[in-house]
Amino acid sequence: MEGDLAMKVMTMVQAINNALDIKFQEDPTIVTYGEDVGVEGGVFRVTEGLQKKYGVNRVFDSPLAESAIVGSAVGMAANGLKPIVELQFCGFVYPSYNQMISHVARFHNRSRGRYKMQMVIRFPYGGGINALEHHSESMETIYGHIPGIKVVIPSTPYDAKGLLISAIESEDPIIFMEPKRIYRAIKQEVPEEKYSIPLGKAKVLQQGTDLTLIAWGAMIREAQKAMVMAKKDGISIELIDLRSIYPIDRQTIIESVKKTGRVVIVHEEPLTFGTGAELTAIINEEAFLNLEAPVSRVAGFDTIVPLPKGEPHYIISPEKIYYHILKTMKF
Amino acid sequence: MLRRGLKNRYFMKQTVINDHSVKTMNLLKLFSEYNPLDDKMFQVMDNEGRVQEPKYLPEISSERLIKAYKDMLFARTADLMAVSYQRQGRMYTYPPNFGQEAISGGLAVVMRDEDWFVPAFRELGAWLAKGATLKEVFLYFIGYEDGTVFKNAKNILPISVPIASQLQHAAGLGYSIRYKNEDSVVYAVVGDGGTSEGDFSEAVNFAAVWKAPVIFVVQNNQYAISVPFKMQTRSVNVAVKSYAYGIPGIKVDGNDLFAMVKVLNEASEYARAGNGPVLVEAFTYRRGSHTTSDDPTKYRTKDEEEMMAATDPIDRLRKYLVANNIYDASKEDELLAQFKKEVERQFNEAENYPAYPLENVFKYTYVDMPDDLKQQQIEHEKFLKWKETLQ
Repeated sequence: MEGDLAMKVMTMVQAINNALDIKFQEDPTIVTYGEDVGVEGGVFRVTEGLQKKYGVNRVFDSPLAESAIVGSAVGMAANGLKPIVELQFCGFVYPSYNQMISHVARFHNRSRGRYKMQMVIRFPYGGGINALEHHSESMETIYGHIPGIKVVIPSTPYDAKGLLISAIESEDPIIFMEPKRIYRAIKQEVPEEKYSIPLGKAKVLQQGTDLTLIAWGAMIREAQKAMVMAKKDGISIELIDLRSIYPIDRQTIIESVKKTGRVVIVHEEPLTFGTGAELTAIINEEAFLNLEAPVSRVAGFDTIVPLPKGEPHYIISPEKIYYHILKTMKF
Repeated sequence: MLRRGLKNRYFMKQTVINDHSVKTMNLLKLFSEYNPLDDKMFQVMDNEGRVQEPKYLPEISSERLIKAYKDMLFARTADLMAVSYQRQGRMYTYPPNFGQEAISGGLAVVMRDEDWFVPAFRELGAWLAKGATLKEVFLYFIGYEDGTVFKNAKNILPISVPIASQLQHAAGLGYSIRYKNEDSVVYAVVGDGGTSEGDFSEAVNFAAVWKAPVIFVVQNNQYAISVPFKMQTRSVNVAVKSYAYGIPGIKVDGNDLFAMVKVLNEASEYARAGNGPVLVEAFTYRRGSHTTSDDPTKYRTKDEEEMMAATDPIDRLRKYLVANNIYDASKEDELLAQFKKEVERQFNEAENYPAYPLENVFKYTYVDMPDDLKQQQIEHEKFLKWKETLQ
């Protein structure tokens, strides 16, 4: 597919901006707003240039109130707009969590399908950028755990664009979590034209036969570094980018586990009740007899994410992933 | 007509509630003279340091005034140096106080040891006045939680980053003061952007309903990152919102130390007398960036910055002090050199702070650490041992 289209080298920030631009041109019912998204173009410049191009009625700054940012999107969606709202940082989402769990997730059910909550709630998440408190958390589980909301996490500029376009077109509300650590760290050729990637589908990034490594977001890059280490030991690893926290792509995971019999899951969010726990349960349910070793999880500690001087202890290193790969292989 | 009606109703109600206290009447007199409905701003001294409202000039001894001035100057020196440390890559994201020093300066004069201070993250001078050290502040922005413990400062909460959330804690502190019959008040700070959060309304309302002794100080520095005040609210100012909560509110020139001290003094007496909270809007201008990650040229003009620089709180106070022969500004270069040395000394101490041990990631999450968590630390230590064996 890529070969046929005009390509442009983009960072994830640029790819998301490009996806927004394409959808804005196409669909006049789309609006985007949040703190500093208008004039400033967002603190990470994700919405840069959009206000100039599409005007202040479609791209605008909101007052500083996360609950109202998400809550007002409910009203807009009820009357046929397709809001894409930005929350500035993962740690500032919580005032809006009430709106997410009490309304965004429930309107369709409550109204027996009369009101669709066609909206995207975007926010940057994750550690590794030496930030102040509340700027480094990964809490995908608390969103994936809400019935009625789908949760998407891209790991590359290419996926970010394709997944965001699908998210905007989805009639279900989508939480789109952006791994800010790799906002600009990865540059990739991305088609300039519109394309979409189906939601709820994991991606096998590398085929392998000995062990299935499952990760998402910024952890894909760390997993790939660990794979380079494991290559010296002759371990053939199948790397899966989950891409969708909910729904979980059971099929891709189970097919892989049936082939390899060994699994390491990597996530930044705290270990206990993390997405890895759900994946492990799925694997137990559907591929128990294929397992050669217990499913291993490399995850954040069950602690508060430390400030920058302590963060190197917390953050998941490629060595730690490699360590778990070896342990799982030797079991 | 509507405005007049509102005003009368408001003050009638206030008088009924508060007629037992003469001190309360002082506050109400001042607050009615500078009624936020008229968008009046209380100011004692103009931009040239000339006193325009002598009857409201607070009584402060010359020594105390010189100390207040020097403290503000020290905070500014530290603040500007913090920004340059960050630029040198020796510190992480830092929120500058440049231009807002008289708000913390006023708090520094009025706050007593037993009063509580509830910080947001842009009140350097007030933290220092409470007994925090500059070394601690640097430690925090270098990336240690140890820096927000403020271990020798009495009655101060840690720095709070989620906007306006800390105001709820102030309401609770206020309730606890009443419950324990303590002789103290709470000073809680938030920015203009923070007044849009539900937490702001909820906190002020709680404090009002409970008659909790809380002085809510809004540092209206005109911008919430890039968003100007006029995009934040349709209210003519922040202080006018006090009407909705049934509490007194005033808009005060936050760059005028005298006006700040006067208002905070009156407000604290009112609150301490059991009348409940007060909303103080301190009108100021953030001369620096929101944080070191922000670029204000994206959303405001040089002209505006220059115009607002003329209201600078430190320049104004210096003019007053010099004109009244209280302070000899000819030695200020010496003083600044001394301050810089002191800031550098404390920064060096912070930079040479011991490395962050692994156990500090774990040991404060719970008082009673669950076994599971202990095990996570043990497992991680095993991994670190193994890692040492890697080439």
